[in-house]
Amino acid sequence: MNSKSDNIVVALAGQPNSGKSTIFNMLTGARQHVANYPGITVEKKSGSFRQDGARIELVDLPGTYSLTSYTEEERVARDFLLKYRPAAVVDVVDASNLERNLYLSFQLAEMEVPLIINLNMMDVAEKRGQNIDTEKLSRELVAPVVTTVGNKGKGKQNLKEAIRKNSEKGEAVPFRIDYGEALEPILGALEKRLSEDPDLSGRYPLRWLAVKLMENDEEAQRVVREYSKKSGLIMALVEEQSSDFIRKHKNSPKKVIAVARHMKAQKIVEKSVSRKKAFDKTITDKIDRVVCNRFLGPVILAATIYIMYELAIVQGYKITSYTWPVLAGFRDLVAWVLPSQGFVFDPFFRSISLWVVDGTIAVLNYIPIFLILFALIAILEDTGYMARMAFILDRIFRHFGLQGQSVLPMVIGGLYVGGCAIPGVMACRAMKDEKARMATIMIVPLMNCLAKIPFYVLMIGIFFTAYKGIAMFFIATITIIVALSVAKILSLTVLRKKLSAPFVMEMPPYHIPTVQVVLRRCLERTWLFVKKIITIVIAVSAIVYALIYFPGLSKERKTHFISQADQAQQTFFEKIGKNSPYADLVTGDNLIRFTAYWNDYKKAKMGAKSKEAMEAIDQKFKTKNVEFFNIVKKGKYEIEGKLIKDNHAKNAYNAYKKLDKTMNRLRREQKEETIIASFMGRAGRFIEPLTQWAGFNWRINIALMSAFAAKESSVATLGGIYQSPQGEEGTLEERIRGKEKDWTPLHALAIMLFMAMYPPCIPTLLMVRLETGSTKWMLFATFYPMVLGISLSVLVFTGGNLLGLSGMQTMIAFYILMLSLLILMGFIKSKPEFT
Amino acid sequence: MTLDEVKQGQECEIVDIISEGIIGQRLLDMGFIPGTRIKVIRNAPLVDPVEFLLKGYYLSLRHSEAQKVEVNLL
Repeated sequence: MNSKSDNIVVALAGQPNSGKSTIFNMLTGARQHVANYPGITVEKKSGSFRQDGARIELVDLPGTYSLTSYTEEERVARDFLLKYRPAAVVDVVDASNLERNLYLSFQLAEMEVPLIINLNMMDVAEKRGQNIDTEKLSRELVAPVVTTVGNKGKGKQNLKEAIRKNSEKGEAVPFRIDYGEALEPILGALEKRLSEDPDLSGRYPLRWLAVKLMENDEEAQRVVREYSKKSGLIMALVEEQSSDFIRKHKNSPKKVIAVARHMKAQKIVEKSVSRKKAFDKTITDKIDRVVCNRFLGPVILAATIYIMYELAIVQGYKITSYTWPVLAGFRDLVAWVLPSQGFVFDPFFRSISLWVVDGTIAVLNYIPIFLILFALIAILEDTGYMARMAFILDRIFRHFGLQGQSVLPMVIGGLYVGGCAIPGVMACRAMKDEKARMATIMIVPLMNCLAKIPFYVLMIGIFFTAYKGIAMFFIATITIIVALSVAKILSLTVLRKKLSAPFVMEMPPYHIPTVQVVLRRCLERTWLFVKKIITIVIAVSAIVYALIYFPGLSKERKTHFISQADQAQQTFFEKIGKNSPYADLVTGDNLIRFTAYWNDYKKAKMGAKSKEAMEAIDQKFKTKNVEFFNIVKKGKYEIEGKLIKDNHAKNAYNAYKKLDKTMNRLRREQKEETIIASFMGRAGRFIEPLTQWAGFNWRINIALMSAFAAKESSVATLGGIYQSPQGEEGTLEERIRGKEKDWTPLHALAIMLFMAMYPPCIPTLLMVRLETGSTKWMLFATFYPMVLGISLSVLVFTGGNLLGLSGMQTMIAFYILMLSLLILMGFIKSKPEFT
Repeated sequence: MTLDEVKQGQECEIVDIISEGIIGQRLLDMGFIPGTRIKVIRNAPLVDPVEFLLKGYYLSLRHSEAQKVEVNLL
């Protein structure tokens, strides 16, 4: 990475809440790049800036309190420093919290990298009455010290210059901690032994390695075992010395090392910081007195969550009604470019392209929601409220293998009715506890996302008309009950071995986030999502298309539909009559042109709301084609102010109207037959013997399976399957009721439950893949909801039938059953994982 | 006594960390070393976890973690 002479790699390190990301933004501006470290879920951010003719590439390491090998973040930071040997490391230090921050600085120095200490948040330190003598501090640490106030952009130039200057020398700071007379001889001996090993001496800073081995650091042990041929001897020495030390001093080397570092930090602070006043109650403490109050705390929390939900999901959804026309316009444009629509069968390229476009824009449509959500999450993270949320809710959530922070992804995923699992899964990123994070990622898709709602509304509208409110409450809350149970089961089983973190959480001081940081983070996360959608969703939705439309109709059926269509057209021509002045205008190839005109006109009219808009549309279409216009106006139009009744045009209108209806019927029929004959349709029939226990017939099976592409489409597919009988129109509710006469509310309940547990949509699965860093977990997230859904549906349907319960009775019984199960689960204690 | 037994508003001094595992390391990293003064600020609304003040910053622990810290009341 250091090969190009004008490209200098510099790392940015620091403890959490030291304002590191503000410094990163301050230095690099817009030139940033986000990626993931390969194979793991830690974000790798880098950016660059130019200083005195050199391009400096700044790599933002994860914020950590220490550099042990216990967490992924710490390992990542360490590995980067060891492997890439950056030209310098900028250590962002919270000036108001110097002592604890120096603990990390010492460990960075120990890794023998050129260090620049960046004292950030100087204004906070001053406000707290701390006066830091930076020259003394610099002398003590044997490293340059640069002060900044990151959120005000103060000290930017100085820091840039310091980085440029110090990255040239490439010399490690000679700073070193004295670990005391008990440990130093051991460290010396160990370092000597390590230096005799050529496999290690060039590769690692040896004193650092010696300290880590005495700290009993697993990663350091692994390194020795992997690279050294004498690892047996080295490890034997470490073990012998460690047990000797413990016996002699009644203390572990690890503790002595940590204490030595803290004592050194204390000493340095004593020397270089003078306090004008003693530590008194901060504003943060005053706020916390209210925010974490026994009674007010939960109320404020609920209000915060509610406001987030209201702003992002409710208001964001309203914004989509403004952005949708843009996406719809794009779709129309694509439709216009593609080969035009056929009368009964569309050209293959057209239909697959539009299918893919539809699937993609259905998800892109949620972008306003994402933008608002990500901005709000960034605000919650930056203000420090996220930690309070975890503090207040931890007690409840940890009973189910989760964490207080799990509430946020769950709300976003649709804890009330309506949310979206995609940003929900992405919001899990902030969680430190790997086990709880995985459990949360797995259950977020069980929440009620916006796309499931139309399906519920449809089913409740048909089968629970008298109890709409109760049924909606049932479906909104049963998902939480099931999700929490699932989280518990997962954490006791498949997640058992995942690393859990002890609950040691800093409650950072409250602070007002900068607009820049919030905006940047929300754009970054949205962009990450869009990028994924465009690349993979297209491919996957094309596959689903194939499953729904292939192998297609038989030749006979195709000929049947085509001949029917021809017949309808024949009738149309006859009705218009050869003598009509419109005959030539709408026959032959002109019919296709007229059809397009007719559809465009109808669509335009549908979008228009005011009378003026209607007139404007009329004017536009009139100039486009005046004869066609006469027809679509049913033969009533004005010429030079005179109202004309054109019977030929009226006749043509009526004839076309009839043709249009027949064509639509034929299109629906062929679509239904295609779906039934398709791979998906065959599968739907194939699994009917199983799904009948849940009350699903093959029609429902198909609708449910097709929802995999996008849940929004489940209602549309039902619309396709339950088409209206010839000549009759009716709402989808009426049509379903007409065709499924033997259906009871029990059927509906089972179907709704299955929909509630439905596998995540493809974009969500992609996010699961990204956030877990594993395809295996993505597949697990796909299949366990299916098993769960079908089990619950069978339980409800078959159970309800056997007990002779009505739909409502079953609903209540099931609710009580699941709730009791959940409470019982809460009592199961997972084994204490830490010592 | 251990840190989880200290009542709200009371102050104490750390004697030792009784954990050689990950909890112990985390606590040491956060400055829980012998001689450090710690004040119990408040309990969460559902009692657990607990918020502490040490070395001029705030931090919260569950009772199960606080149990690993041996303290003397001041």
